[in-house]
Amino acid sequence: MTSHRAEPIAVHAEALTRCFDDPHRDDTTVAVDQLTLSVHHGEVFGLLGHNGAGKTTTIRMLNGVLAPTRGKLRVLGYDPTEEGAILRRHTGVLTETPSLDEKLTAWENLTIYGRLYGVDELDLRARVGDLLEDFELDTRAREMVGAYSKGMKQRLALARALLHRPSLIFLDEPTGGLDPVATRQVHALITRLSRRGGHTFVLCTHNLLEAQRLCHRVAVMEHGRLVAVGEPATLARDLWQGVRLEIELDPGPLTGVPLPPEVRDLAWDEEGHVLSLWLPQRDDVPDLVAALVNAGRRIYQVAPQEPTLEDVYFALHEASLGEEGA
Amino acid sequence: MSDSGRPGRMIAINWRTLRTLASRDLKVVTRSKAMMLPMVIVPLIFVVALPAAVGLFAPQMAASGEMEDLASFLEMMPASMRESFAGYNEAQVIVVALLEHFFAPMFLIIPVMVASTIAAGSFAGEKERKTLEALLHTPTTDTELFLGKLLASWVPAFTVGLSAFVLYALVVNLSAWQVMGGLFFPNATWVTLVLWLAPAAAGVGLGTMILVSSKVNSFQDAYQLGSLVVLPVILLVFGQLAGVLYLNVLTVLAIGLFLWLVDAVILWFGIRTFKRSEIIARL
Repeated sequence: MTSHRAEPIAVHAEALTRCFDDPHRDDTTVAVDQLTLSVHHGEVFGLLGHNGAGKTTTIRMLNGVLAPTRGKLRVLGYDPTEEGAILRRHTGVLTETPSLDEKLTAWENLTIYGRLYGVDELDLRARVGDLLEDFELDTRAREMVGAYSKGMKQRLALARALLHRPSLIFLDEPTGGLDPVATRQVHALITRLSRRGGHTFVLCTHNLLEAQRLCHRVAVMEHGRLVAVGEPATLARDLWQGVRLEIELDPGPLTGVPLPPEVRDLAWDEEGHVLSLWLPQRDDVPDLVAALVNAGRRIYQVAPQEPTLEDVYFALHEASLGEEGA
Repeated sequence: MSDSGRPGRMIAINWRTLRTLASRDLKVVTRSKAMMLPMVIVPLIFVVALPAAVGLFAPQMAASGEMEDLASFLEMMPASMRESFAGYNEAQVIVVALLEHFFAPMFLIIPVMVASTIAAGSFAGEKERKTLEALLHTPTTDTELFLGKLLASWVPAFTVGLSAFVLYALVVNLSAWQVMGGLFFPNATWVTLVLWLAPAAAGVGLGTMILVSSKVNSFQDAYQLGSLVVLPVILLVFGQLAGVLYLNVLTVLAIGLFLWLVDAVILWFGIRTFKRSEIIARL
């Protein structure tokens, strides 16, 4: 089920907007506001944001189950608003809650959804069996899903999303509420599928470590608006120029050491062995090391610290709050 | 959204999808004690307990001489219907009046109730069980979703109605065997009622309930709002008691035709207005 309209871009949204009437306040809430982004074939694309940032609403619009209020949208070459049913034959969705029928067995859950996704009856039995084995659920395939652990349910829901071999997979908080072991299993599955090729992922998460580990590019959303989009490293470079260093050296004050004048954010760790600081340019690093050595300090290690996605996210978040305050 | 079945556009229905949607709901319903209990207990009261009591105790009721209510019920009947009692003794009159005439409209409660109970759980129940979102993300069209839910309620309602009728026929004939001296049930009115009117009444009940169920958030809300569809059946019962309307083949055919037309309107309205986009917006 991978033949869809061949276009280089898997998802293209332009000024996508969705408003909801709020009957309690006699008002309208803008859940997604002028969202413009593109997702390339084969990439793992992260949608980051707090709860209520508009991530789930975006996925619903991208998959043609929720009509946008305004904006243009193409997904796998289809217009989700007009061709939703056809589009959904090529997409798989892991919803925020596993959305499984707990009074049915794992086998029944997958078989029923296989039929709804149009999987050929001859292929269905083998496909369901293979997936249950792949996701290590085969030994409990005939048990009611209600008896499953959270991790098992999540794995089954992920198996269901892959059942019809979709080319575009939406994952809405795929590890929400999972323990570390189950989280690692889900991450490994996504990485394996991504490396195997042929799949594009749109991953909604507020787990920044997860996004950093899995996503090629991320979009940060705040109150329905797109704050930034790009590779995590690029976003970091855009936000912070210069370099953050951690230097392990013998303890002692830095008095008498001729530090470059632009050095900032000097701080020692609790034991007084590791000095962290920020330099405006990479070229300042050898000068700093030379100054320390010349001052008679013994250096054991110099490690550049790349900003994490978490740093990026919170910097963008604070910037966004600042803009709102202004 | 176009797959909501926009008017004027040809809608291709995938029958495999419809069968799958219906069988999925049926599996879930049959495994839920909370839904199965009323669907078993109420029919058992109507088709086993009450008719068996009438059939077995008719001679005692006749002997007690307290027949005033029944006499007035019979007096108000059209002459043509009253003729069907010619040659019967008092106990036989009680059996025929109650089991053939009085219980006929009450029997309609069974398919309507079964249809309404399943339909109430269709969307509202799925919202409660948190199973609806994945279903809305499947490539089923809005029309298929609506029709699938309709079938999931209508097929068991018709099946339970038919089974209840067979059971009722067995119970009334066996329990009243001594009084009637042989088989006396069913008559043409009952056969028409079960095969023509009951499925139409179930259709009205479930169509209304599915539309209600798609707009509210819980099974209880849907059931409370949608249970109003039983009112017409209760009106039929009282109509017959008051001598306003008696069920014979002709009236059953006429009421059935009217309800089938109402079904057609509900179907047309449902296909036009049922939109997954509106349902998911309320999740």
